[in-house]
Amino acid sequence: MIRGTIKVDTKICKGCELCIIACPQDVLALSVNFNEKGYRYVELISSACTGCINCALVCPEAAITVYREPKPVKKAQAKV
Amino acid sequence: MEEKLILEDGIEVEQVYRRPETLTDVPYHYCPGCSHSVVHNVLMEVVADLGIQEQTIGVAPVGCSVFAYHYMNVDMQEAAHGRASAVATGIKRVMPDKLVFSYQGDGDLAAIGTAETIHTANRGENILVVFINNGIYGMTGGQMAPTSLPGMVTSTSPYGRDVSMVGYPLKITELVAQLPATYYVTRQSAHNPNAVRKLKKAITKSFEYQQQKKGTCFIEVVSNCPSGWKMTPVETIKYLEEVMFPYYPLGDLKVPKN
Repeated sequence: MIRGTIKVDTKICKGCELCIIACPQDVLALSVNFNEKGYRYVELISSACTGCINCALVCPEAAITVYREPKPVKKAQAKV
Repeated sequence: MEEKLILEDGIEVEQVYRRPETLTDVPYHYCPGCSHSVVHNVLMEVVADLGIQEQTIGVAPVGCSVFAYHYMNVDMQEAAHGRASAVATGIKRVMPDKLVFSYQGDGDLAAIGTAETIHTANRGENILVVFINNGIYGMTGGQMAPTSLPGMVTSTSPYGRDVSMVGYPLKITELVAQLPATYYVTRQSAHNPNAVRKLKKAITKSFEYQQQKKGTCFIEVVSNCPSGWKMTPVETIKYLEEVMFPYYPLGDLKVPKN
């Protein structure tokens, strides 16, 4: 399984939960904490994230940065 | 944000997605879950990908997205209510080498600005019109719009939209698609990752057609309005799929022949 992770800008997250329903791995959830604006922000609850960027695409606030493990060199060459 | 990170178990990961650089650092004023912000993101992502930040001029409407110029880091012009496509026409004619888009909601484009919209499309002005259709006047408190669905409960139609009195929802995208001068007319949405990818493709194509001076490109985005519909953002996605899309079917309405 390809590994990935996300970073959420908790200051601008409004807790709309759209990323939670878009996540195919179900690794996102609302935090128990609140941000400065009073919204419960989103956080990663497991390390099963694959970095598929689905959450970032639907995030209205563009608050999510996605990281993904680079493809293994052999596979990348085979594709070309 | 960092370019690379190292996970807890020592795997190095690279950044694959980040907030588009063509957006300013101002946080959106939109309600949680609003499609406006998604469309802003996609639009600015396309501008960044095509490298046209310096050549793009946007026209902001009146409505929820009236402050679009605070968020989009391209040249912007505010227009009077409904007149965004007319203002965009003027800008395009004075500066034909710039890429011009107007960004309008349904109260702006389909109600007060119907004449401007239809005539802009009829003249085949070489601009992109982005039309956000959420079936309601979101900014002023959720009143009935020309695009509200039959039976839809809004603050000015508390018993549901009565079509015998106020008529049927206006499918302005279909109207525009009938005109010979429009080049590319499509209806998209931004409710799930796949839809966002399709929307991005449609916007990219429209800017490319505009560079080739092909004619008016018109993109309708069927959107949600959590505050106006009195639902949570997740419920609005269900409502979109079950109620809005049957009336406003997604897909291309006019594609270039070749």
